[in-house]
Amino acid sequence: MIPKVLIASILSLVTMQTFGQAVKIGELNSYKVFPAFLEPYKKGMELAVEEINAAGGKVQLVTRDDGGTPGDAVRVAEELITREKVDVLMGTFASNVGLAVSNLANQRKVLFLASEPLTDKLVWENGNRYTFRLRPSTYMQVAMLVPEAARLKKKRWAIVYPNYEYGQSAAASFKKLLAQAQPGVEFVTEQAPALGKIDAGAVVQALADSKPDAIFSALFAADLQKFVREGNTRGLFRNTTVFNLLAGEPEYLDTLKDETPDGWWVTGYPWNEINTPEHRRFRDAYQKRWNDYPRQGSVVGYTAVHAVAAATRKAGSADAEKLVQALKGLEMQTPFGPVVWRSLDHQSTMGAYVGQLARKGDKGVMVNWRYADGGKFQPSDEEVRKLRKE
Amino acid sequence: MTSSAVLLQFLNGLAGASSLFLVAAGLSLIFGVTRIVNFAHGSLYMLGMYLAVWLSGRIGFWAAVPVATLAVAALGACIEVLLLRRIYRAPELLQLLATFALVLIVRDFALWAWGPEDLLGPRAPGLAGAVEIAGGAFPQYDLLLILLGPMVFAALHLFLTRTRWGILIRAATQDREMAGALGVNQRWLFTAVFTLGTALAGLGGALAIPREPASLGIDLALISDAFVVVVVGGLGSIPGAFIAAILIGVTKAFCIGFGYSKLTLVAEFVVMATVLVVRPWGLLGRPQGVVRGTWTEVPLARISKRGVVAIGLLVLLLAALPSLPDQYPLVLATEMLVFALFAASLHLLMGAGGMASFGHAAYFGIGAYAAALVFLKLHWSTGSSLFAGWAAGALAAAIFGWFCVRLSGVYLAMLTLAFAQIAWSIAFQWDEVTGGSNGLVGVWPDSWLASRAAYYYLVLILCGYAIFVLWRMAHTPFGYALRASRDSPLRASAIGIDVRATQWLAFILTGSAAGVAGALFAFSKGSISPETLSVQRSVDGLVMVLLGGVHTLTGPVWGAAGFTWLQDVMARSVEYWRAAIGAAILLLVLTRWRLSA
Repeated sequence: MIPKVLIASILSLVTMQTFGQAVKIGELNSYKVFPAFLEPYKKGMELAVEEINAAGGKVQLVTRDDGGTPGDAVRVAEELITREKVDVLMGTFASNVGLAVSNLANQRKVLFLASEPLTDKLVWENGNRYTFRLRPSTYMQVAMLVPEAARLKKKRWAIVYPNYEYGQSAAASFKKLLAQAQPGVEFVTEQAPALGKIDAGAVVQALADSKPDAIFSALFAADLQKFVREGNTRGLFRNTTVFNLLAGEPEYLDTLKDETPDGWWVTGYPWNEINTPEHRRFRDAYQKRWNDYPRQGSVVGYTAVHAVAAATRKAGSADAEKLVQALKGLEMQTPFGPVVWRSLDHQSTMGAYVGQLARKGDKGVMVNWRYADGGKFQPSDEEVRKLRKE
Repeated sequence: MTSSAVLLQFLNGLAGASSLFLVAAGLSLIFGVTRIVNFAHGSLYMLGMYLAVWLSGRIGFWAAVPVATLAVAALGACIEVLLLRRIYRAPELLQLLATFALVLIVRDFALWAWGPEDLLGPRAPGLAGAVEIAGGAFPQYDLLLILLGPMVFAALHLFLTRTRWGILIRAATQDREMAGALGVNQRWLFTAVFTLGTALAGLGGALAIPREPASLGIDLALISDAFVVVVVGGLGSIPGAFIAAILIGVTKAFCIGFGYSKLTLVAEFVVMATVLVVRPWGLLGRPQGVVRGTWTEVPLARISKRGVVAIGLLVLLLAALPSLPDQYPLVLATEMLVFALFAASLHLLMGAGGMASFGHAAYFGIGAYAAALVFLKLHWSTGSSLFAGWAAGALAAAIFGWFCVRLSGVYLAMLTLAFAQIAWSIAFQWDEVTGGSNGLVGVWPDSWLASRAAYYYLVLILCGYAIFVLWRMAHTPFGYALRASRDSPLRASAIGIDVRATQWLAFILTGSAAGVAGALFAFSKGSISPETLSVQRSVDGLVMVLLGGVHTLTGPVWGAAGFTWLQDVMARSVEYWRAAIGAAILLLVLTRWRLSA
């Protein structure tokens, strides 16, 4: 026992020289509102903290429930800043919560690493000096699907999306990008059911009535399940190709089970088939630690903590201004391969996997997938500068 | 739309209407007899779903449906016997609060028992496929639902009109005191009705699983739909609920069919507002009979001398708060003060005015949006923006209130809810102006108010003054007239009080106070999004007022502070904090009621 403790303390003394800087992360998220995504996310974060600290780093993680509303989230973030005196704010899920916390971070001059929210505005229209975002944005995920969509040369497209900002901007980006890639394309109908309250029978019927060749959908979670079941029953997908954002993420795909529709193009995360060394290492560690397979959220949580640790190492300080400088242009390794934090708009180039759905036994899987590097699916720098008003 | 598309959308609407009817019928039945607005009805529906999904993996779908229904019914019976029976004589709103506590507890129970993932049930064996109707495929199971709605309706109708139990239930719906006087054992009648109502909720949930995954948010989503159906149909009227369910189901299906899917967000509330403005008791409802022998109100007491001293000391203490080294109490106290003003304004309307509002967040949110908009778009100063929030709250309340004061009781409450939902959906969808679901960001106070302490003082002064004015109001001639209008509209008008004008003025006054609270809220958070005028915010307001006590002058302010504090502490330290808050509320309801009774 004693020698082990000794070795460990010597080791930690040595590594303290290398890693030096301690950092305290204040993480807030809507754990009770989106538990399916956020419980694996939390496990990912904890794994990363354990890894970093076992290697002699000094990362301290405080997590809070943000109540799922911007008002509550701002109060929780204030608590983390004033009472917990955290160096970095991290987390949030819904776009409106992410924007509110980002705006607070700018006011209080604290670094905010938005891990989950997808809204384009977070790094563009409402982007600010202190906010960085990890996941590929709505725009990026749409852009990843557009090349496949254009290749099919389908003329009549129907669109369905949940009626809030994520769905609206996904639909707008898709229409814009596809019309550029495939002039003359027609959008025959647009259905925007309320989030979480889709009347699937009526929506499927309305889509079928417009006789589309292909459908673009931004539905997810319960809405997606209802849509898939009704569509299967009513034969909507028999002669139409469907493109669905996010549907390949295990959080959503696993719930479809034997209803998984064949041949849909999706963005997602085929966790059991990615065999790059960096992903294999992450997956093994995760399964060993939690006795469960990783979800998309696990990768996001894991990578977000590593990003803060990497930035702290580079900055040699946990000071907000220095961390901002360090994160700009930071290159790091993730389970999905190397990513860069763009200094232009503070968006990481973490990508997503694009592929097709297939049924394997009574489960859904992704096939024909490839990794889409987030760095390649961006508008031009001028456009981004214009949006950021810089 | 082609004629075959019209037919199919009509059938879709009917299928949706059937499941809506099952739930609404149960809710209407329970309300009719027990006069309890059962907020937990959606939670029981959700439990029915989870149980059915869970059971159908073990005993098959067709066996799971009756078993789940019976299990939910048994739970309903327990809730009635153990909880509701103790509070039937309590003020109506206290009962509402108790059932709301159940919502919180049931949701965390489901999370604990079945985990966070949405659970999609199996397809119904034997009815998994589709049939060809008018050139389109239509699910067999939906045909079953379409038949089931009228069947349940017919069964209920026969039960209510042809059996002895049914006659007793109708007697109790019309006049429960008289039924009691004639020797009907009300206790068992109430238990039976509540059990039957929850069984319908459980059945509705169990039958929904082939169409819809069991998920945690479904309870509140469903309860608001069911409320709307019940109110549109007329409280306590089963035929009314049936017609209303079809009206709303079909309206929604055609909104989608004709390409106006965005309207589904608000369609049912537009229907409800229209119906209530034209027919104040719903389609087939009648004015409610007076319930005798319940709690009668003691006139509001003035604050005692000792109370004045205590409040004075508290204000001094609050003024010294910024000298603490820790800044977080300032953040929390700012929020408490804002909500204290919000609760105090709701209280004047509910307490002295006797008009329960389920949509008070509308004025809060409209005040917040108005302040944020003039600040961001017109570059007004913080002070003038706050003034704009005040004015916008008053204006919104003047418009909504003008319609609302023509109704009373639960109908009035539901009309306020409908207006609030319409306002919410405008904020949610009008991207160019309100920023849509993301809302508006960058609403920070001018530099001289930017520090936490400076802003806190501003909030302390404004909220303190406004709360003082609202308290004073209860003992002014206006306050007396308002209370007279509540207690006896007939006598009040006989002595020359214009009842409607007085109540309308109360709306405007409380709306303006809520508007200021909303504007202060916006500047304390730096951003504003549609959730500030959501149902949740209105419900929070109700909980604050009820926790503190409707029948006290200062209670709601303490209720607001306590609720905000509880939420803050619980969310940080207890994993199942919703259930913990629910349990705390239940405990308070039961002990408070015993103390005051």
